[in-house]
Amino acid sequence: MYKITKSEQLSENEYDFWIEAPRIAAKAQPGQFVILRINDNGERIPLTIAETDPSNGTIRLIFQVIGKTTAELSKLNTGDSILDLTGPLGMPTEIKNYGTVLIVGGGVGIAAIYPIVKGLKQAGNRVITILGAKTAELVILQEECRYYSDELIITTDDGTLGVKGLVTEAMEQVIAREIINCSWAIGPSMMMKFCTLTASKHEVPIYVSLNPIMIDGTGMCGGCRVTIDGNIKFACVDGPEFKGTDVNWDEFISRMKQYTDEEKQCLTADQKVQVTPHG
Amino acid sequence: MARRSRTKTPIAEQKPAVRKSNFDEVCLGYTIEEGQAEAIRCLQCKDAPCIASCPVMIDIPGFILAIKAGDMQEAADILGRYTNLPAICGRVCPQEKQCEQVCKLGKAKNFEPVAIGKLERLVADWALENQDFSTLSQSTQPKIGKIAVIGSGPSGLTVAGDLAKLNYEVIVYEALHDAGGVLTYGIPEFRLPKRIVKKEIQSIEALGVTIETNVVIGKTITMDEIMNEFDACYISVGAGAPNFMGIPGTALNGVYSSSEYLTRINLMHSYEFPKYDTPIKRSKNVVVIGGGNVAMDAARSAKRLGAEHVSIVYRRSLEELPARIEEYHHSVEEEINYHWLTNPIEYMNDGHGNLNGVKCIKMELGEPDQSGRRRPVPIKNSEFTIEADTVIEAIGQGSNKVLLSTFPELKLTKWGYIEADPKTGETSIPGVFAGGDIVTGAATVILAMGAGKVAAVQIDKYVQEKKQTPVTTKV
Repeated sequence: MYKITKSEQLSENEYDFWIEAPRIAAKAQPGQFVILRINDNGERIPLTIAETDPSNGTIRLIFQVIGKTTAELSKLNTGDSILDLTGPLGMPTEIKNYGTVLIVGGGVGIAAIYPIVKGLKQAGNRVITILGAKTAELVILQEECRYYSDELIITTDDGTLGVKGLVTEAMEQVIAREIINCSWAIGPSMMMKFCTLTASKHEVPIYVSLNPIMIDGTGMCGGCRVTIDGNIKFACVDGPEFKGTDVNWDEFISRMKQYTDEEKQCLTADQKVQVTPHG
Repeated sequence: MARRSRTKTPIAEQKPAVRKSNFDEVCLGYTIEEGQAEAIRCLQCKDAPCIASCPVMIDIPGFILAIKAGDMQEAADILGRYTNLPAICGRVCPQEKQCEQVCKLGKAKNFEPVAIGKLERLVADWALENQDFSTLSQSTQPKIGKIAVIGSGPSGLTVAGDLAKLNYEVIVYEALHDAGGVLTYGIPEFRLPKRIVKKEIQSIEALGVTIETNVVIGKTITMDEIMNEFDACYISVGAGAPNFMGIPGTALNGVYSSSEYLTRINLMHSYEFPKYDTPIKRSKNVVVIGGGNVAMDAARSAKRLGAEHVSIVYRRSLEELPARIEEYHHSVEEEINYHWLTNPIEYMNDGHGNLNGVKCIKMELGEPDQSGRRRPVPIKNSEFTIEADTVIEAIGQGSNKVLLSTFPELKLTKWGYIEADPKTGETSIPGVFAGGDIVTGAATVILAMGAGKVAAVQIDKYVQEKKQTPVTTKV
């Protein structure tokens, strides 16, 4: 059993948990994820590790309520436990000094870019971070990201915080004024696809982190397969990070919708949950 | 003595019309009386060819004699000396190609061999019902050493059980949340009930073996740490990375690997969705690609999930089918259709990213290939399409690279499996042993167990003779 040592609600649908998992806390690097299962009837779902505290043996998971499992998880409190937690899984981000880097996080994807922002800053990069969300209250980890960024730009769809508009518009402005050596974008699939188009238009290398449907997370089932530069890759072991320009986006986005009908069926038992596709 | 029956004592099975809509076990097993009737058929050969053809060398005439005498405890004790997983072996071993194939009774004109596998299952099931594993005595002597076993499938469980019996401290690491490896995620309930797997695993834990789930070696714990903290380790991670044919449409929704399909069903109970949270597509027309036991398992599972039409597409003919013939017969009884000498060439898109058909081509058999089987060759202009909303590729597995990629010192074969001496399980690194599918490529449960038995003896030898200062002397 893995005990929740701290739980907090960040917004209507976003939650911030610290969970006891000493082995994972000791090993996790930016870009890696865990697979968790809440109880015996539960499914296995992947969540990015937002932060670790090796001295306390805890890891931080920030998640959005999307389906049944995240809904159930959101109802757990400090002191409760989950049944299974495996990790750290996936290949870590390649942290090194690139020069100037541009890092874009959208919605709950901000939780996934935060360890990358922190790692790249500590590796000596000049870090420009763009955080985007629908509205002000969904801009999570603002202070943490600001602390490790040389420059922080916030965009919201409704203009309630930062600049009104899309992250890609902010990207264009940054790329127009200075040379970017490498970039990352993590968020909804559509956002990552358009960030890729923006970066590649200006020949800026870009990495994205894919979150397809997964089961085991160790390369055994092939459910998370994605087409990368024409080849079948498994996001759980070959990724989750890939060059954005190598990803077959239409296929990826289509495969995210595989179980939409089944998810709705699951939710009839749990009507409180909102239905939105994975990603 | 009663006259020997020419044929095996019949065994009760669920009727095809009933079982094709449930996941309960197909074969119901012998009663003790039926088992005794079958045991009488055994000739008790002095040279017992059945023993020699068993990868774990079970004293087959011995346990059969005990059944005949009605001494089930004695039969269980004999089995227990050779195998830690008899209820599993009794169900999934390819007996017809091992012990039963060489049975002298079966060599006699018009006689069937003794139903050794079914008798093993009878004894094992009796033991699971009647033996209290919690009372098994564990030695209080200081442990000889500490061994890590990586992977809790049949090979890992066997080595763990045998080393525990030799008085080692053994920790088994499992990446998934349940132990058992392929026994748990791969083989369906109707062939191998999970309660049987759980019970036999408990019997191994009762020997003093610790199983830690949710640990991925190479990620959660590194091989360096394993090498420092243990006297030796045994790598039995299986061959779990699914192969794909890679034909157009592989990414369509509705295209599964057999590993994914069976993992959803067996490990995650998706056939009980929504009681269990993991979904699986309930399809009308299912096509399975491949001809092994895994293909049979996938096809029969699809039928049980309610599919109206399930076909197996196999590029060779029935003669070359690698699956057990018993499973083939079961599948035919359950109305699984076969497209022999056929290969898929494209998965068809309904225009919304979902599968709606499998385009196939007819094949003919040419010259033998490296496997000795005649190589299938496509016949020009013989394309046709099978309607399908789910396709399951059951075309084999490769080696999983998660651990191997973090352990570059370990020598691999040209196919990416671990290079290990089949007689000892030794790898290129002292103290690191390996066996099962990660050495041989996908094979059978009993071969993996055989490798575990061999390695247990060699690991003991290695720690006692070569390793001067074992890392543990813990009591």
